[in-house]
Amino acid sequence: MGPFLETLIGGLMSGILYSLIALGFVLIYKASGVFNFAQGAMVLFAALAMARFAEWIPKYTGLDGKIVVNLLAFAGALAVMVVVAWLVERLVLSRLVNQEGITLLMATLGIAYLLEGAGQMIFGNDIYKIDIGLPKDPMFLFEQSFPGGILVSKEDLYAALIAAALVAGLSLFFQKTVTGRALRAVADDHQAAQSIGIPLSRIWVIVWSVAGFVALVAGMIWGSKLGVQFSLSLVALKALPVVILGGLTSVPGAIVGGLLIGVGEKLSEAYLGPMLGGGIEYWFGYVLVLVVLLVRPQGLFGEKIIDRV
Amino acid sequence: MTLRDRPPERSESLCPQLAKNMLYRENGQFKTTYPADSQILPIRQDRMAMALLLAVAFVVIPMASSEYLLRAVLIPFLILSLAALGLNVLVGYCGQISLGSGAFMAVGAYVAYNCQARVEGMPLIVSLLAGGLGATVLGVAFGLPSLRIKGLYLAVATLAAQFFVDWACLRLKWVTNDSTSGSVSVAGLSIAGFSVESPAARYLLCLSFVVVFALATKNIVRGHIGRSWMAMRDMDVAAAVIGIRPMQAKLSAFAVSSFIIGVAGALWGFVHLGSWEPAAFGINRSFDLLFMVIIGGLGSISGAFFGAAFIVVLPLLLDKLPYWTGLSVDTATASHLALMIFGALIVFFLIKEPHGLARLWATAKEKLRLWPFPH
Amino acid sequence: MKTFITCAVLAALQLASLSVQAQAQAQAKEQFFPLLVYRTGPYSPNGTPWANGKQDYIKLINARDGGVNGVKLTFEECETGYATDKGVECYERLKGKGATIFDPQATGITFALTDKVPNDKISLITLGYGLSASADGGVFAWNFPLMGSYWTAADILIQHLGKKEGGLDKLKGRKIALVYHDSPFGKEPIPLLEERSKMHGFELVKIPVTAPGVEQKSAWLQVRQARPDYTLLWGWGVMNSTALKEAQATGYPRDKMYGVWWSGAEPDVKDVGEGAKGYNALNLNTSGQSPKVIQDILKLVHGKGQGTGPKDEVGSVLYTRGLVIQALGVEAVRRAQERFGKGKVMTGEQVRWGLENLALDDKKLAALGLTGVIRPISTSCYDHQGSTWARVHTWDGKQWVFSSDWYQADEQIIKPMVKAAADKYAVEKKLTRRTPAQCQS
Repeated sequence: MGPFLETLIGGLMSGILYSLIALGFVLIYKASGVFNFAQGAMVLFAALAMARFAEWIPKYTGLDGKIVVNLLAFAGALAVMVVVAWLVERLVLSRLVNQEGITLLMATLGIAYLLEGAGQMIFGNDIYKIDIGLPKDPMFLFEQSFPGGILVSKEDLYAALIAAALVAGLSLFFQKTVTGRALRAVADDHQAAQSIGIPLSRIWVIVWSVAGFVALVAGMIWGSKLGVQFSLSLVALKALPVVILGGLTSVPGAIVGGLLIGVGEKLSEAYLGPMLGGGIEYWFGYVLVLVVLLVRPQGLFGEKIIDRV
Repeated sequence: MTLRDRPPERSESLCPQLAKNMLYRENGQFKTTYPADSQILPIRQDRMAMALLLAVAFVVIPMASSEYLLRAVLIPFLILSLAALGLNVLVGYCGQISLGSGAFMAVGAYVAYNCQARVEGMPLIVSLLAGGLGATVLGVAFGLPSLRIKGLYLAVATLAAQFFVDWACLRLKWVTNDSTSGSVSVAGLSIAGFSVESPAARYLLCLSFVVVFALATKNIVRGHIGRSWMAMRDMDVAAAVIGIRPMQAKLSAFAVSSFIIGVAGALWGFVHLGSWEPAAFGINRSFDLLFMVIIGGLGSISGAFFGAAFIVVLPLLLDKLPYWTGLSVDTATASHLALMIFGALIVFFLIKEPHGLARLWATAKEKLRLWPFPH
Repeated sequence: MKTFITCAVLAALQLASLSVQAQAQAQAKEQFFPLLVYRTGPYSPNGTPWANGKQDYIKLINARDGGVNGVKLTFEECETGYATDKGVECYERLKGKGATIFDPQATGITFALTDKVPNDKISLITLGYGLSASADGGVFAWNFPLMGSYWTAADILIQHLGKKEGGLDKLKGRKIALVYHDSPFGKEPIPLLEERSKMHGFELVKIPVTAPGVEQKSAWLQVRQARPDYTLLWGWGVMNSTALKEAQATGYPRDKMYGVWWSGAEPDVKDVGEGAKGYNALNLNTSGQSPKVIQDILKLVHGKGQGTGPKDEVGSVLYTRGLVIQALGVEAVRRAQERFGKGKVMTGEQVRWGLENLALDDKKLAALGLTGVIRPISTSCYDHQGSTWARVHTWDGKQWVFSSDWYQADEQIIKPMVKAAADKYAVEKKLTRRTPAQCQS
């Protein structure tokens, strides 16, 4: 029972971390109908910016306190992401209005390569550290009932709390503010939104900036866990099944999808893995999504696809 | 009423001196039979150009090219254009986005390897085609979800194929013929006694495959199967309403596409790499193929070639760029710059011509038909 | 129309430029060394110091000795990103420039090039990696897994663990986990570990980590649940530091972890810092800035502003290993010159003879400044490995400290395995063993 609970909790924690990245995908798709394959590269770029700023700020300004340095680095990285969002909108999105989905997908892949190359050229490609003070050692619960206790990673627990706060904040933003309503309008129909006077380009900049902010938070947490290096962008590949499972347009879907995929992956690796030789985690998530899609082609919470003839 | 039907005499009669400079003097080329009318290349100048191109490709290039050009540029270009051709059938003609093409290449390569290694004296061509058939089986299996799942959801579902095959090639011992290291290799390729080891021989082998498959694919897409694919791509509900069976159309697209990609994968492993591990067919390969198809042009045979040329040649040029400009940059910066320029060019091309290089070429050819007249 | 003409012109230019081959070949007095490197991608933190070590050594030989008997050394780097097809392209591009030795820095590329080098008569130095069976020079005429392979590494680790337990027989009933990179590189030690597990009665738990090893939570939860007595780490690049971080996060004691010599360098532990304290790994060479050759490099290469990488990287584990690889290559050229003509540029076959007749004893090592860096090494036609000595070092939170004596891999176990694997390869590829006469060429 003990190992099962440990794996379950580990899976839930992993799942929340995946949904952090999946949120970025969902946000951009919701508001601009673009499947942003560059999300992984954005996570990497944001994390690199923050890690390097955290190194450079003490060197060039002599500031020392960890909290101050980290806050400044975060703010700096956020500014960088807003600039990136503005550039993407100006140079790419505005010129690809109304193109087919696959063209926009390929354009985001091009942006991904650009960001990866630029990030590594500007910030370097060594392993960099993000230290926001998250505790690295685990804690063991219920040591009396289970031998060795149930392992819960403190770092993941804090990450889950941050993710929950982020989701709550985003939901409030979408439901209660004027900009949020405008974003939802644009997500529904670009042309209708434009016709009632919503400035499309400004909305897109806002959306990509918010996605950049989400990418920064995700990059900060993943970077603190794994170290900031090029392979961080590959974590996005683990978040893709989460996006699809939850449905491309649903924020709660991203969370639920993340939890399901996280748990599914870890449990399958622990119990199915030994029978098949191990290493099945990577594809199990995708196969799980495939099976669910066969039953619900639009994901768990996605909008039903309506074809008009 | 196409451009072809409009009598060209009008412009010519207005300005006979300019008319003498026309490249495409189509007057006099009348078709009197249905087969003649439905040729792939109806204009005689086009046929001559194609014959010239084939002559250069088969005769001049192997004799005049350096070993580097053959081994590192032309052979990968040919094999990847074959794979892009296969993917174009699925994505361009049938509209099913697939991100698992690397997996089909891997299956093709491993099935071909198993045929070659386990059966003594198996002819090379049979092994390669068997690789294609193996990929077809996988393609149809992973194509079944396409009957229910559409669009981007299908794209991510095909990634399941990619990662599953990646894992299977590493874990299932019989795939690699019980090789202890997990890596396989082939050597001593020969067809009917002729050794296929020299770069020129390998180049000709790949070229022959590409020509045969390109011709076959062009004819398939011009037939009723191709039309049913295009109908499914444009409006699948309407197509079903008028009687095109979605299952047959989609699964045949998956089958044909994965056969071609499987053969390309077998060629990649046998002819280009010689010895490979599953990482050679990873997700980067799938993305590369999709790029080739999109940049080359969806739904066009020549698009596969343009796209492959772009993706194969561009990184090599970008690597050489620092030398030409005289700047001395270290290899890391050069790599990063290459990546950035690559991404920027992809975005640039998508903005300039979303329908790909093939459309640019087609527009150019249309203008050429009337040159030097503007219309 | 303009678009068409521009496109056509560009296409013609591109094709023409690519067919213009490498410039004036190795001129009269230059020995060319191609350097396949990866300074980008998930493995670059480990690949970069390796590449810098190789380059700095070439610069040192030119600066300190004026080349090898007057023959200056030239080099060109080519970025592979650890990808096999890029490695093949780099190989094809650089082989025509007079290359005699390649160090692919990657097992995947090694496999692909192993098939090509016999035709091109170029040697592959795969120091401490590559195919373990290629130590048999009778079958693998052009591969040189100098100083060790994955089988010798696994063997030495088991010997060390046996010593810790008080005798190899005390390993009976113990559990040893292997967390490995799911690729031919990671799977290579498994046959030897299974052999040893049968011999000594310990249980081997195999836990694969999908490349590139960014997410390892399940692997380490499995380790925690299996509760092995020792865990061997067989990773590369980011997988190593991630493994240590996950080990910390699941509470597995780092001092029970033992890494192969590719999982025990500064990039792997620097990031984890105190969290990796007590982690052990194998090492083929020493590290630190005290060896004479390192001092020479600091003085003559970095001192003149010619250093390839940052100065504080000089002397790190992987930097020194790259330096050693290049040094062995240069010594092979020097040895070849002794037989085929001092002061002349050597061909591929001549350099191969040099690699097969390396005899670096303590005196020669001292002359090169390599005392204390590596142990003496001597190769032969049938033994392309030359030496199988390694030590264990431990991370104390700030630096690597040697924590064991030198071990030598057990030939009784390994030699038959190598021969059997080499014979199998020869049958598959229809090769015949080299005769002593062929060795003399």
